[in-house]
Amino acid sequence: MGKITLKSVRKSFGETHVIPGIDLDINDGEFVVFVGPSGCGKSTLLRLIAGLEDTSAGVIEIDGTDATALPPAKRGLAMVFQSYALYPHMTVRKNIAFPLKMAGLDQAEQDRRVTHAASILNLSSYLDRRPGQLSGGQRQRVAIGRAIVREPSAFLFDEPLSNLDAALRVSMRQEISELHQSLKTTMIYVTHDQVEAMTMADKIVVLNAGRIEQVGSPLDLYRSPANLFVAGFIGSPKMNFISGAEAQRQGCATLGVRPEHIDIAPDGPWQGTVGLAEHLGSDTFLKVDAGALGTLTVRASGEVALSHGDKIRLQPQPDKIHRFDTDGKALR
Amino acid sequence: MATKASRSAARLMMAPAVILLLGWMLVPLVMTLWFSFRNYLPLRGGDQGFAGFDNYVRFVTSSAFWPAIGATLTIVLGALIITIVLGVLLALLLDQPMWGQGIVRILVIAPFFVMPTVSGLVWKNMFLDSVNGLFAQVARMFGATPVEWIIDQPFASLILIVSWQWLPFATLILLTAIQSLDREQLEAAEMDGATAWKRFWHIILPHLSRAITVVLLIETIFLLSIFAEIKMTTAGAFGTKTLTYLIYQRVLESQNIGLGSAGGVYAIILANIVAIFLMRIVGKNLDR
Amino acid sequence: MARSISQRRKTINTVLAWSLGLLIFFPILWTILTSFKTEGDAIAYPPKFLFFDWTLENYAIVQERSNYMRYLWNSVIIAGGSTLLGILVAVPAAWSMAFVPSRRTKDILMWMLSTKMLPAVGVLYPIYLLFIKLGLLDTRTGLVIVLMLINLPIIVWMLYTYFKEIPAEILEAARMDGAGLKDEILHVLTPMAIPGIASTILLNFILAWNEAFWTLNLTAAQAGTLTAFIASYSSPEGLFYAKLSAASTMAIAPILILGWFSQKQLVRGLTFGAVK
Repeated sequence: MGKITLKSVRKSFGETHVIPGIDLDINDGEFVVFVGPSGCGKSTLLRLIAGLEDTSAGVIEIDGTDATALPPAKRGLAMVFQSYALYPHMTVRKNIAFPLKMAGLDQAEQDRRVTHAASILNLSSYLDRRPGQLSGGQRQRVAIGRAIVREPSAFLFDEPLSNLDAALRVSMRQEISELHQSLKTTMIYVTHDQVEAMTMADKIVVLNAGRIEQVGSPLDLYRSPANLFVAGFIGSPKMNFISGAEAQRQGCATLGVRPEHIDIAPDGPWQGTVGLAEHLGSDTFLKVDAGALGTLTVRASGEVALSHGDKIRLQPQPDKIHRFDTDGKALR
Repeated sequence: MATKASRSAARLMMAPAVILLLGWMLVPLVMTLWFSFRNYLPLRGGDQGFAGFDNYVRFVTSSAFWPAIGATLTIVLGALIITIVLGVLLALLLDQPMWGQGIVRILVIAPFFVMPTVSGLVWKNMFLDSVNGLFAQVARMFGATPVEWIIDQPFASLILIVSWQWLPFATLILLTAIQSLDREQLEAAEMDGATAWKRFWHIILPHLSRAITVVLLIETIFLLSIFAEIKMTTAGAFGTKTLTYLIYQRVLESQNIGLGSAGGVYAIILANIVAIFLMRIVGKNLDR
Repeated sequence: MARSISQRRKTINTVLAWSLGLLIFFPILWTILTSFKTEGDAIAYPPKFLFFDWTLENYAIVQERSNYMRYLWNSVIIAGGSTLLGILVAVPAAWSMAFVPSRRTKDILMWMLSTKMLPAVGVLYPIYLLFIKLGLLDTRTGLVIVLMLINLPIIVWMLYTYFKEIPAEILEAARMDGAGLKDEILHVLTPMAIPGIASTILLNFILAWNEAFWTLNLTAAQAGTLTAFIASYSSPEGLFYAKLSAASTMAIAPILILGWFSQKQLVRGLTFGAVK
């Protein structure tokens, strides 16, 4: 249940080749996150898996069966849309029951499953309200409830948290992760937010212009990015990239080192002047003008008494330096 | 979802509407064209043979033609100017804060929903009639001689009636357009020191220009073919025979079908010219 | 600096707007009032505004004479029938244009709108002839067909705009939930589109009721509508203002009331989306 395989899947809209070709394996029970910048094709890929768009070429297999020509209703998948897409003229109860009604289940069974889903998601007291009377977070849960009752082989999430405010996003993120732990169903989750990707995923698929840049666990991608794009996309604040003389000295075209892997050391090899200092209390972020090395972002733990104009010396942790060749690929 | 199945279903579902309108447009149009090229006088025995372009020539050279054009232009332009100018002013007023705005809107909108025949007859008799009409009575109260509106001022009368009917339309459209104007633009202008007049001239009016154009075009199309109001008031007399009324008379009253049909073709061409401009604006909007 | 709208300005606006509103509404008001006067009072000088002997006799007289009920019934049937027929034809067309658009959809839509701009007088005789041949002259059926055809573009257009406002994601969600085409239209689309369909019916009923070209020229005693009924007052005998007022009030009252509810629809339906 919930094993999805993509073989040479391509998608073009007229002359635009949105997805030139993708091969991907998703295992049963995995929480896979498609992440990438706007327009990279992650939503398109999700919709191809859902059946809402036809592939231009390639095969989509769901649990071993070729599902490429199947309509969405017959693929056994459930989708949670970015705008929730709730039926405004139906109550919460009817919204959640709709897929069961379409499947022809009898009323008693429908009621049982709706009540069960509602209790998992804390919706029991809202069952007779209309979507218009609910808050964003509650609507989100109704959308999830509608997906749960179908007991699908996999859940598809299309940027479900983008319409929520920051605090709600954090709590909903955790709820979805907990849901995954209890249901153990495959979940494919699309987002442009790499924090969501890192915190929720078993496996991250980084996409750029319709191509897979790298597939791996969050920490794999953090520790060993395969190329410049992944290195710069994963991790916040962004990795520092240094080219020119210093890079050549270390034997590559571009050097990469994360802000949290640069220490402030009185005898460090690099030196510079502090431009901007951001004091968060828990961390301090420094923007350092390091001359030929460019502008470096440095993260220091706790409170550091540095400010604009101070001269400092920096020591990059030697085992945390990444090297990239002229094509942007990582050198091992 | 544009699968093959849904595409052919879609084509099937569009078919009745398309076929009906195609028929509605083509069949009478072709017949009118046919008649326009023939000498067709039902009262004198019917179809009397091919007439070439005779009807077309006769129509524009007849002594009634240019006066008809003049009448049409007078009424249409008069109504357009009054409805648009007053429409803009009324719309601006209705956009201001006030009490009971909803009710005022209802009062202003009402004339548009009055049947044209009622409009024509009520105005002609109860207001403009020189003996018992209200205008005449008010004039008498001030010691003036009442005006024979229908007879002496037929165009003013018709323009008055038609403007009264269409002012609500213009006002409603323009009010909708004004209310879609971003308030913050006006506030920014105010902070930049622009007076109320300058704000109107440089911000509100340009924003309204698209709506004014639409009102202009749509009203023109409908005003070109007004009929009942004329029939109920002057019946085309006193020089108020518009193009539409002239054709109507040729066809149904004097029964010169060939001539009337040629006139009809002219009217269709005229309306289509206006329609092309309107459709361009509509088309641009559809792309949004 | 906080700014409150001055009470004085608000008052001025209110007085100005109400004066103009009442001025514009006055002819209708006068007609309604006159319908309750005796014929003598109707032409009284100086004119009587509110203080006269109110009477219902005009309404009685109008209804007795000239088959008023038949004209009324014809208006209802023709306006209602043409609107409903139009809806039946237009809903499928609008659905397909809104949800399965092709490259030609926009052109077809614009072509449909352009047929509305055909001057009626240009095709008067052919229609007249056709009606005679088909025996449709002075029949309700004939008029239902004609009015349906002239309003069809507006009905299709309005339904199209309402359908387009339904978020595509909701229909996609229905598909993911296992709904086939029939289920999608029945359980999701139609309930969401009902307000739009109702608005369209409202505006088109009004337009058909007030139509005064074909209803005057294609009907006589049998299928005449209220537009024709009123027209019969154009050659009066004797004093008739009060009776005309009563007849007029009865003819326009239903539409005035319906019209008050349909302002938004008016903008949407008659400007073809060129003004939002």
